Amino acid sequence: MNSDKITKGVLLLSSLLILFVAGGMMYSLVEGAIPAFKSFGLKFVFSNNWNPTEGKENYGALPFISGTIITAVAALLISLPLSFSASLFIGEYYRGTKLAKVLGTMVDLLAGIPSIVYGLWGFYVLRPLLIDLGLPNQGFGVFTASVILAIMIIPYATSLSNEIIAMVPNELKEAAYSLGATKSEVIFNVVVPSARSGIVAGYILSFGRALGETMAVTMLIGNSNVIPDSFFSTGNTMASVIANQFGEAEGLKLSALIAIGLLLFLITGIINAIGKFIIKKMA
Amino acid sequence: MSSSANLMVDNLGRRTLKDKFYKVLVVVLSIVTISPIVLIIYELIVKGYRQISFDFILKTPPDTFEAMTALSSGELIPGGIANGLTGTLLMVVLASVIAIPVGVITGIYLYENPGKFLANLTRNVSDVLQGVPSIVLGLIAYMWIVKPITNGFSALAGSVSLSIMMLPMIVRSTEETLKMIPQTIKEAALALGVPYYKVILRVLIPTSFSGLLTGILLGISRVLGETAPLMLTALGSTMINLDITKPTSAVPLLIWEFYNDPNMVDLIWSSSLLLMAMVLALNLISKRIAARTK
Repeated sequence: MNSDKITKGVLLLSSLLILFVAGGMMYSLVEGAIPAFKSFGLKFVFSNNWNPTEGKENYGALPFISGTIITAVAALLISLPLSFSASLFIGEYYRGTKLAKVLGTMVDLLAGIPSIVYGLWGFYVLRPLLIDLGLPNQGFGVFTASVILAIMIIPYATSLSNEIIAMVPNELKEAAYSLGATKSEVIFNVVVPSARSGIVAGYILSFGRALGETMAVTMLIGNSNVIPDSFFSTGNTMASVIANQFGEAEGLKLSALIAIGLLLFLITGIINAIGKFIIKKMA
Repeated sequence: MSSSANLMVDNLGRRTLKDKFYKVLVVVLSIVTISPIVLIIYELIVKGYRQISFDFILKTPPDTFEAMTALSSGELIPGGIANGLTGTLLMVVLASVIAIPVGVITGIYLYENPGKFLANLTRNVSDVLQGVPSIVLGLIAYMWIVKPITNGFSALAGSVSLSIMMLPMIVRSTEETLKMIPQTIKEAALALGVPYYKVILRVLIPTSFSGLLTGILLGISRVLGETAPLMLTALGSTMINLDITKPTSAVPLLIWEFYNDPNMVDLIWSSSLLLMAMVLALNLISKRIAARTK
């Protein structure tokens, strides 16, 4: 009897530990960010001047916030047709076949490639190709980073949406077929509408992934601390500026980088919560 | 009458054409989707295989001058990535030691207390943790371990950041696996008067073992290639280091160093090839285990 209580206590404790870790992360990020917010207030979020020069120190995160959102949105748009096709291939056109299994495994393997390897491939294979196509800035920039990001997030959107697409009841599809609908008409008028929220949730989660990717983006975006003024100009994201400038950071600069980490934590947290909420509402 | 019948036939022709078009489009785009994995592995093999040897696994990297000499005389760069391999092993093992017990026990708690407020809260928080960018976990480990505990960059700090990354994956997979075990097995054990901890150790964990292992291996394969959090925590080292309070290298950290050193840059391909091989092997093994139990 007593041992049962201890066991239950251990289970409870371990679960509390996770809550404690999450709460501690929030606390530490806020604590570390306080000096930056004290010095610059809300201007930290809305100023586009990032200047670490001593005496003229000023930290504004707007270039990185905008760079993050632009690259992630572009990555999502590029990945959309690809992961949507792959999930239709696996969940509808070739459902249950060996071919679908092979494709599914390969898409899953995309998630296993380390970010730094994507970065190398982008740097040495994709970038020269884009230079040949006439891309400015030696091929560095938002566009190049977005293309690599798009490939990286494909598996996250695909694996969720092909499951949801495969779950659409056969009766619904058969009813449409019996009315003389073609396969593509069934897909666009029956399958997609009834799997809609799952597909959307998959894209939201993959968008969350794109926001936080670091290494590949750092190696390709060109690392300039300005708001990107075109799709092909260089920039920096919140994650890449932390990776780039952390090495020599102390004092106010360190606090500014931690504050960027806090903002990134909050943004990805909100995006993920929305995605999970949609999934939960479906279930 | 006949004109409207004609119209229907024409219409059907157009619809069938459209149907075919979409099918071809889906197949073509699906091939485009998976082509990067083929192209990336091809690139790594073609550019990296020559460098792979026993030396590459057993020796530490040359200094940049040695590499330059080898380059200028057209030889292969000597040395290897032994410090990275040992560092990766050290940090991944330590991260597993931290994350696996906490993750599995929490997963059991979630399974045993469905619908409870605290369980729901933990599940949601763990889901949110899963989405936290790895670089933020690096910042956290820097603030928690590097500054106050090890007074400098350390393998311990790297492990902590990796373990926070693994934790939610293990929690999730444990709960999902346990849900698939027939309730009756557990009830039978409880009916025999077996103490609760023995039910967990002798019934729940063994029956769900392969599922747990799959989750754990996938978690490990995810953190194996992580670079960003280690840059902020473990930093890197030119020598083999097994002291968890000292800066330590890792394979991805070495790739980053080679990439930034024009004399060493040739080593990125073989290092990446080795890293990819480890990640893919873990992935495939865990898939095999998962497939066998289904």
